[in-house]
Amino acid sequence: MAGGITFTAVDSTKLATAEIFGKTIAELGASDPTIVCLSPDLATSTKMRDFFEKFPDRFFNVGIAEQNMIGIASGMARAGLMPFASCFSVFASLRALDQIHTDVCYQNANVKIIATHGGTSFGQAGSTHHAIEDLGVVRTMVNLTVICPADGLETANAVKAAAAINGPFYIRINRGFDNVVYNTPDYGFEVGRAVEMNPGTDVTIIACGSCVYQSMQAASILDHDHKLKARVLNMHTLKPIDREAILQAVMDTRKIVTVEDHTVIGGLGSAVAEVIVEGGKSCILRKLGIPDKWSPIGLHEDLMAHHQIDAEGIVKNVLDVMKMDAEKDEDWGDEV
Amino acid sequence: MALTKQEWIDLEIKAAELRDLCIETVNWAGSGHWGGSSSCADILTILYYKYANFDPKNPTDPDRDRVVVSKGHVGIILAPLFSMLGLIKRDDLKTFNLTGSKLGIHLDSNKVKGLDSSTGSLGHGSPIAIGMALAGKLMGKSYKTFVILGDGECDEGSVWEAAMATSHFVKRGTSNLITIVDRNHNMIDGNTEDIMALEPFEDKWKAFGFETIVVDGHDFPKLADALEKAIAGGPKPFCIIADTVKGQGVSFAAGNYKWHYGALDEAKYNTAKSDLAEYAKKRLARAEKEGK
Repeated sequence: MAGGITFTAVDSTKLATAEIFGKTIAELGASDPTIVCLSPDLATSTKMRDFFEKFPDRFFNVGIAEQNMIGIASGMARAGLMPFASCFSVFASLRALDQIHTDVCYQNANVKIIATHGGTSFGQAGSTHHAIEDLGVVRTMVNLTVICPADGLETANAVKAAAAINGPFYIRINRGFDNVVYNTPDYGFEVGRAVEMNPGTDVTIIACGSCVYQSMQAASILDHDHKLKARVLNMHTLKPIDREAILQAVMDTRKIVTVEDHTVIGGLGSAVAEVIVEGGKSCILRKLGIPDKWSPIGLHEDLMAHHQIDAEGIVKNVLDVMKMDAEKDEDWGDEV
Repeated sequence: MALTKQEWIDLEIKAAELRDLCIETVNWAGSGHWGGSSSCADILTILYYKYANFDPKNPTDPDRDRVVVSKGHVGIILAPLFSMLGLIKRDDLKTFNLTGSKLGIHLDSNKVKGLDSSTGSLGHGSPIAIGMALAGKLMGKSYKTFVILGDGECDEGSVWEAAMATSHFVKRGTSNLITIVDRNHNMIDGNTEDIMALEPFEDKWKAFGFETIVVDGHDFPKLADALEKAIAGGPKPFCIIADTVKGQGVSFAAGNYKWHYGALDEAKYNTAKSDLAEYAKKRLARAEKEGK
């Protein structure tokens, strides 16, 4: 961890994740005059107020125009600034994708995109505002580092890391409060390196974002009620993904369950599957997430339960997976 | 008149060389965007040889003026221009569009020194230029940013998002941003007014808060007057609508929308070369006669 983050676990229970981003960027802005912030009429929602109040001349509200915002950010980066552009994940990744592709990633411009209201965290807003495709889409962009932090403190770490590394970043955070995963920022956050949250050799649960907390809860239930030791990996960086941690999990547990607040197509589960298949070792993989259907509306926690990406749903699926056999045999009947 | 006779003559000579080198590159590449390249040839010439503060020996100077060519498909005239400026080796033009070449239809800012931004997806240049202009003001620099748009790309909504923002941010830096539209009246499928009407075009820019100047985009003294007025600035950002001819200087291509992109056979190449020589001669004669 880069050090210097002034938040504690106590703060993180009082602050929404975006508020922690807002305070982090205001803090970083004090020491780096090249940092500027851009918002498409969402400074309130994406918590850029602190930065705006401290550095009004370095804050640009571009109105409701996400494409314009990303293009402007690219031009600023080409001229030597480090812009942080923030808007809802669904609009950053889809509406402004052409600008992310050509203006930012093709030029390897030093633009940091803070994509808020990720997954179904703005659940009641409906599918127009659910960002369930963003990670899959942005993961295909050359040069782009993609991070989905587990909680507020990890968001602060990710934002600090993005500011310290030249090149484009996409950091996807949730609307509102996240369950606290870390009680200290000093747990060894490193871009591209998964964090083992729980040791285990029976099965590995690989999660990102809000699903990390749920996976840890699930691991606790699996241990207590079923005597199963589930390794939990917080795969906060989807790109570049931690191949080593995935292949180690294949070797050690042969059963992997991925959990994400995202469609099961293209996101974390797909990224993990790519590594597993290329590794050449047999392994059972179950991808939990939002199936290839529009989600109902509802509270985030209710939608997570509906999609079986809460602790209970993860436990149920892990128990299913434990019945499957990854050993080499001629009988495929137990695997279909 | 903003230009002296000698400056005008010098610009004519450079523009003639640029058009000729562009048609040579189209020939080497096998095909190319001659139409939209030739229509902005004079705009590019007067910017790079007269009004943009740009030293080819120091192409990354943080204080340099920026030029964003939003109509990114005209790489086939930008590469010859950069070659004339000494930023690209002349022989490299012969690799244009070849597999593995650093030069293709849309130039890559990470491969071509002096190119301020990669472009290609239309409607992107203005936001990028706004970002550069805002950054300049914030960093205490006085550089200007020029953005060259095609008229066809003004169908893109992002052009108008940017137009609104250019006016809005005028006190925060976009007073140093000069928008130039290459109004060549044609796009891939036909005349702009048939495909998606732009007129009343100048009124649109005015409505978005611009001070507008409509000028003959192939007339250096008039372009110079317009640019000097725009560079002097005012309370509103400037948009110069340069009335141009797509395919200018080549008889079979001038004004013909079908020459947005095309290939030259030997006969067409020969015609193009002699047409361009004749066109350059006429323009030079006018400069010599009317220059002061």
